[in-house]
Amino acid sequence: MNKKTKIAIIGGGLAGLGAAMRIAEMSAEKKDIIVQLFSIVPVKRSHSVCAQGGINAANKYTGDSTYQHFDDTVYGGDFLANQKPVQKMCDSAPDIIDLFDRMGVPFNRTSEGNIDRRRFGGTLHPRTAYSGATTGQQLLYALDEQVRRYEAEGLVEKYEGWEYLSTILDENGICCGIVAQDLISMEVKAFPCDAVILATGGPGQVYGRSTNSVSNNGLAVISLYHQGAKYANGEFIQVHPTAIGGDDKLRLMSESARGEGGRVWVPGDASKTWIDQEGKERPCGETGKPWYFLEEKYPAYGNLVPRDIATREIFQVVYELKMGVDGRPFVYLDVSHIAKEKGIEYIDRKLKGILEIYEKFKGVDPRQVPMEIFPAVHYSMGGLWVDDETHMTNIEGVFAAGECDYQYHGANRLGANSLLSCVYTGLEVAGPEAVKFAKNRLKPASETALEVLEKEVNKQKDFLDKLLNLSGPENPRKLHLELGNLMTENVTIVRENKSLQETYNKICELEKRFWNITIPDKGNWANQSVRYAHQLYYLFSLAKIITLGALQRNESRGAHYKPQFPERDDDNFLKTTIAIYNEASNAPILSYQAVDTSLIEPRKRDYSKKSAAATKVKN
Amino acid sequence: MNTENKTVKFKIKRQITPDSEPFWEEYEVPWKPSLNVITLLMAQNTDPITNNGSKTTPASYDANCLEEVCGSCTMIINGKVRQACTALVDKLEQPISIEPMTKFPIVRDLMVDRQRMFESLKWVKGWVPIDNSSPVGKGPNISSEEQQKAYNFSSCMTCGCCLESCPQWSSDEAFIGPQAIAQAILFNTHPTGKSLESERVQALINNGLNICGNAQNCAAVCPKEVDLIGAISEANWQATKHIAKSFLGKH
Ligand SMILES: Cc1cc2nc3c(=O)[nH]c(=O)nc-3n(C[C@H](O)[C@H](O)[C@H](O)COP(=O)(O)OP(=O)(O)OC[C@H]3O[C@@H](n4cnc5c(N)ncnc54)[C@H](O)[C@@H]3O)c2cc1C
Ligand code: FES
Repeated sequence: MNKKTKIAIIGGGLAGLGAAMRIAEMSAEKKDIIVQLFSIVPVKRSHSVCAQGGINAANKYTGDSTYQHFDDTVYGGDFLANQKPVQKMCDSAPDIIDLFDRMGVPFNRTSEGNIDRRRFGGTLHPRTAYSGATTGQQLLYALDEQVRRYEAEGLVEKYEGWEYLSTILDENGICCGIVAQDLISMEVKAFPCDAVILATGGPGQVYGRSTNSVSNNGLAVISLYHQGAKYANGEFIQVHPTAIGGDDKLRLMSESARGEGGRVWVPGDASKTWIDQEGKERPCGETGKPWYFLEEKYPAYGNLVPRDIATREIFQVVYELKMGVDGRPFVYLDVSHIAKEKGIEYIDRKLKGILEIYEKFKGVDPRQVPMEIFPAVHYSMGGLWVDDETHMTNIEGVFAAGECDYQYHGANRLGANSLLSCVYTGLEVAGPEAVKFAKNRLKPASETALEVLEKEVNKQKDFLDKLLNLSGPENPRKLHLELGNLMTENVTIVRENKSLQETYNKICELEKRFWNITIPDKGNWANQSVRYAHQLYYLFSLAKIITLGALQRNESRGAHYKPQFPERDDDNFLKTTIAIYNEASNAPILSYQAVDTSLIEPRKRDYSKKSAAATKVKN
Repeated sequence: MNTENKTVKFKIKRQITPDSEPFWEEYEVPWKPSLNVITLLMAQNTDPITNNGSKTTPASYDANCLEEVCGSCTMIINGKVRQACTALVDKLEQPISIEPMTKFPIVRDLMVDRQRMFESLKWVKGWVPIDNSSPVGKGPNISSEEQQKAYNFSSCMTCGCCLESCPQWSSDEAFIGPQAIAQAILFNTHPTGKSLESERVQALINNGLNICGNAQNCAAVCPKEVDLIGAISEANWQATKHIAKSFLGKH
């Protein structure tokens, strides 16, 4: 075979760059594979740079073990994750940290010069390696540097400023290339390739404002879903307990603030009460004194309960107990005592990145006064369905890795586990598996008939032309705002069937109105308006998957909470939700698939007690 | 105070294609608390109407993280190069003037082409040359002081502020600029990265290290307070040693 094997990677966050690095490495000797790396933004500006707190890996020094990490992850995810892949990920984590250490990531150090660890939510062990409060940035840069090295050697070709639009399927439904668009010249082009890895990150834009970056638009994933890919567990959306508001974005105040000793509180009010685990009525703190409600309700885990729980507690304190700070929808996140006790230099070494964000946007110094925070949409546990072992989607030749896949985190992700799953799936699973597939396929993609390529290119071009010509009375950005508000109000922390049904109907109405929008720029050069509309088009489908999944899941599990069905229901819902697109009805069709619980017996989550972490192993 | 009618006035320097003429447009949008320059651009994109009521096109711009960690949204705001996402409206004099950086090729409106910055990272071999990604154990022990120093250099988000402000740098001339110099020093300081030190220093010498006129504008505008001055002086010292060594080696 004289033609080189080509693998297209869509996305240059941690997952995409991890895959690119591994594949280039596998081809370094024979130079027989070319990686084509596509990204909307220059890869060094990918969303992964936003990750603040750190990355999890068990380490020997604190009595931790990879098994404990595995158990914490499965338990934290309320048993919805397939267990074998989770175990493999946790087993690989220590090696992944070592690798980053060798690549020069400036992890914070202990006095001996070892990698320091801090505690994160949902575990009792300090397991999180970190680089100040910009860990994602530092990890991403390390991979970016290695990939640049391979780029200089000719093993990686970058297409930055290109947007993936769709996959090209041959007559047998096997992937033989992709269609992408240059976002400056607006050229739409086919790229034949022997395997594709989607590593396009989370879908935060469906909620309008979230902690996600602008490029987290879900287009690639939903476009693939429209081509027949299964989307799994869409209803599991993580709402992070601690963020600050903004008209353009909600900005995260990382869990690491609590990992370093930050405390969540509101002014106490003894005239109000709450009911504890034993059914006893207790006052909401002492009037006039701070009420550290997480510490009081969850003595074992305190401020570091998993995110779904912290978020619901904050929501309850603000909306049900009406105890938000000064009657406003905020609670305090306080690190000022750390600055007082251990000094400014100490706290800056650990948390400067986030303290600066707060200071820059709020104009107040959190080293001196408590921060005012509220929950915000943050992460999607759901995503493209992938095979447990290969990370291939149900479309042959298309793999998924990183936040855009559905594995590992079940119904609720633990903090600092995502950077791990992104790197692990790109580097250790999807990367090598895509190579295996590409090398063993019967017909190389380079032999694909030109008509097959052109057909898909023309389909995409026609669709873009159709969008460009829209000249109705609706405004695409206002429509997006409406969709975002609708989703944020109804499909986040507390979910009611009646409003979910109404939301679903409203999404369909918004989608109809979409075809009456105007594209205010009819030009053909760096036209961001048509691109924006294109992304919006796919968000409606995504919103339907999330909302319908939530509507049909009549139980409470992890991030999915229904007051009507407050308990977890393993008999009926210990199942992965699978959405398939039905073109005729333009709607998702849901089915359910059993979860692999072969290693740890599902048990009730209870973070008020330490025994939560003691486990019984099957077999 | 009546905030109902309060507005924000701003103007954007537009340019629709790289070879068309630039022009200014002025806008006025309702004021709200905590606006930043990105929210102004979003407002302009939502209702692309100038302040004299004429329809226009949405201004194109780059932005991604919206929290000053990706470097995308760098532009010139009231004459100063900085990130739009952390430029708070209430701290800016109006009408707020927003224009693209001047040292990089214009793509459209506020978008510029900063590819040269990523290229220069190739010239200085900005990476640690590990053997491969097999699990061979941990990296070298590093002290907290060394880590803090490396972290400072490694927080460079390739935004381009330093290059925009440098009197010696332009995208088509010989001087490599402070951003890549600092990265060269970062990797020359790393225990494994050091093995490429002489190649990096040679690359800096070949790419006009000595052109730096010590104006120090770069350090003044760096949003991440990267120690660019320290890096340049360290680079000069490494270059002196390198030249001496190759001189001695040759004779
Ligand atoms: C504020 C914040 C803080 C976080 N902190 C932590 C933390 O401390 N620890 C932790 O474990 N997790 C954290 N997370 C989660 C974690 O950062 C993300 O889940 C992770 O970075 C996702 O990485 P990724 O590689 O999947 O995708 P991303 O980094 O999102 O990258 C997606 C890539 O895909 C590209 N792309 C997207 N669509 C297309 C398309 N159509 N065509 C071409 N390219 C495309 C983009 O350009 C980009 O390169 C945090 C998340 C947020 C929002
Ligand atoms: S958008 Fe990332 S720095 Fe402003």
